[in-house]
Amino acid sequence: MSGFFLHNLVHFARVLRAAGVQISPHNVIDAQEAIATLGFADRADMKACLRAIFIKQHDQLALFDEAFDIFWRKRGVIEKLIAAMGPQLKKADEQKSSPRIGARRLAEAFQPRTSKSQAQARVEFDARLTTSDIERLQSKDFEQMSADELMLAQKALAHLHLPDDLMRVRRMMPTSRQERIDPRAMVRAMMRTGGHSIELRYRTHRTQPPPIVALCDISGSMNDYTRMFLHFLHALSAQGRVVHGFLFGTRLTNVTRALRARDIDDALARCAQAVPDWNGGTRIGSSIAQFNRQWARRVLGQGAHVILFTDGLERDGVDVLSTEMERLSKLSQRLIWLNPLLRYDHFEPKARGIVAMLPHVDDLRAAHNIVSFVDLIEALSRPLQNGLQRQR
Amino acid sequence: MIQPVPQSIDDTLALLEREHYVADRSLASVLFLALKLERPLLLEGEAGVGKTEIAKVLSSGLGRQLIRLQCYEGLDVASAVYEWNYAQQMMAIRMAEAAGEASRDRLEHDVYSMRYLIKRPLAQALEPHVGGAPILLIDEIDRADAAFEAYLLEVLSDFQITIAEIGTLKAHDKPIVILTSNRTREIHDALKRRCLYHWIDYPLFDRELAIVRAKAPKAGEVLTREIVAFVQALRQEDLFKAPGVAETLDWASALAELDAMALEPDVVHDTLGVLLKYQDDIAKLQGNAVHNMISAAREKLRV
Repeated sequence: MSGFFLHNLVHFARVLRAAGVQISPHNVIDAQEAIATLGFADRADMKACLRAIFIKQHDQLALFDEAFDIFWRKRGVIEKLIAAMGPQLKKADEQKSSPRIGARRLAEAFQPRTSKSQAQARVEFDARLTTSDIERLQSKDFEQMSADELMLAQKALAHLHLPDDLMRVRRMMPTSRQERIDPRAMVRAMMRTGGHSIELRYRTHRTQPPPIVALCDISGSMNDYTRMFLHFLHALSAQGRVVHGFLFGTRLTNVTRALRARDIDDALARCAQAVPDWNGGTRIGSSIAQFNRQWARRVLGQGAHVILFTDGLERDGVDVLSTEMERLSKLSQRLIWLNPLLRYDHFEPKARGIVAMLPHVDDLRAAHNIVSFVDLIEALSRPLQNGLQRQR
Repeated sequence: MIQPVPQSIDDTLALLEREHYVADRSLASVLFLALKLERPLLLEGEAGVGKTEIAKVLSSGLGRQLIRLQCYEGLDVASAVYEWNYAQQMMAIRMAEAAGEASRDRLEHDVYSMRYLIKRPLAQALEPHVGGAPILLIDEIDRADAAFEAYLLEVLSDFQITIAEIGTLKAHDKPIVILTSNRTREIHDALKRRCLYHWIDYPLFDRELAIVRAKAPKAGEVLTREIVAFVQALRQEDLFKAPGVAETLDWASALAELDAMALEPDVVHDTLGVLLKYQDDIAKLQGNAVHNMISAAREKLRV
């Protein structure tokens, strides 16, 4: 195998690694062997081969395809190799002109980095680490972050541990605790011993995390925070939680499907596409009314927890807002209001919209930095204390 | 009376008509396709538009047995598919022991036999029936949880169920499957893929009139027309829950019982609870609203 191919292969692996794919040196050796076995007959074959070796997660496939096309086109290595190998020349695949998935991350991965940003990228973000740098970043307002810091914060959000709130559902599962007798399991056990002894078997209610329904304000004043909140929702959804997402400006848009896209950039792009009024004004009351009427009965059925993400600055009258908030509150198991305005130390709920909404929520929380999201997760994990905040 | 499955869309329409179900052509077509292709039919729509009724009408129209599975949260295999008769199984084990039956294989074979199997709706639907394949109505599938939905995949695509202790039970004749959903939860795409889908909407004036005439014949002609016009107008209002066809029929029967010949504001006020089930909605119609709506409805009828 020619030295310059190996050089390129290693370089390609490093690009992928920089884009967030985990590739060990062992993988690279595997890849080299595989290519040696395969020969350089066909660009598509080689792509499939490298993909099989480097990529182990479905959500990284699109990223790989894009990276492969950019990397090996730019350098034209494969074409040269194929030409050098002689007669079995085949035409390379035409480039697809689909929307570029993961394009931003790839662009960053391809760029030669300064040592400083490299050091930063290597920082393993743990939500509870206490290094001073990270601590500063954790409590830094999203709005004041640089682009680099925002990226780190987004990474941190993606790796937060899920809330471990569980609710009892009516489905049963076996248990060793002495709860309800499980006759089916008992007969099975008896058969195993030939019917000589009766062993008691038990079952209990299964638990599972409740679905999360998020209503998220996309007015201009919220822009940076909304983006981070969507990152948070995507992380929840990617980790297996049922998440229903809604965005509202002047009207409500369901972005549940968009959020399910594996790649976060892809998901955000789809959200942006779905929404006609990004960064416009807000009509909180009528948007919540629309939710109550069209969606509440469909998505709040399974004990869902509702997260309302808005600054509460209502442009319309507050009468509608108050009644609709009351209805939303009655329909939901738990209603948490995230308000980025709480970043101000002297925040006082004086705006009319905020006054109208406040009596109907279980909890009002900040949402302007990583710490506030970590706290949110902790709050979700705690069982709801009855009548603590909600004045009904 | 066992009737053959309809052979055309017109046949299907005629069948529904015979059973006093007034359907539009799109519903008849999708129903015909479901019967012809032997595919499950998923019906969605607001409450009270006649989703469940389709299954009942098919059952009586085709002379087939109707097997109904009402879904609810936590519905499991034991109550939807099959269950063992544990008491008798244990007795059998004890008896075998007393009789000195030694072979464990033999015992297992005896205990897990059809004798002790209690069949629930899904298993019943796969059994051979005298009048031909039965109608299986899986009602309000959205109330069951996702796990049960996943279980249905096997039943609906291969018409077979797997009983762990015995093996696979395959349908003698493929049952006619109707699923209904009120959309309190999104149904998974994998399940939808296996079904034909139809959204039943509120009927327009003429069809609703035909429905009320067919189902509530006691109400006089004038009253019937006014009722339908009123309900149609009411659905245009900004209500939390618009009245369904079932409510219209209830209301028509109620007004007929009260010997009303035409809509009067007082009577309408007194019977609004038949149509509207939310206090907010009823409150919206206080004052002159009802009077105005009746006048508007009459005006429309005159044109």
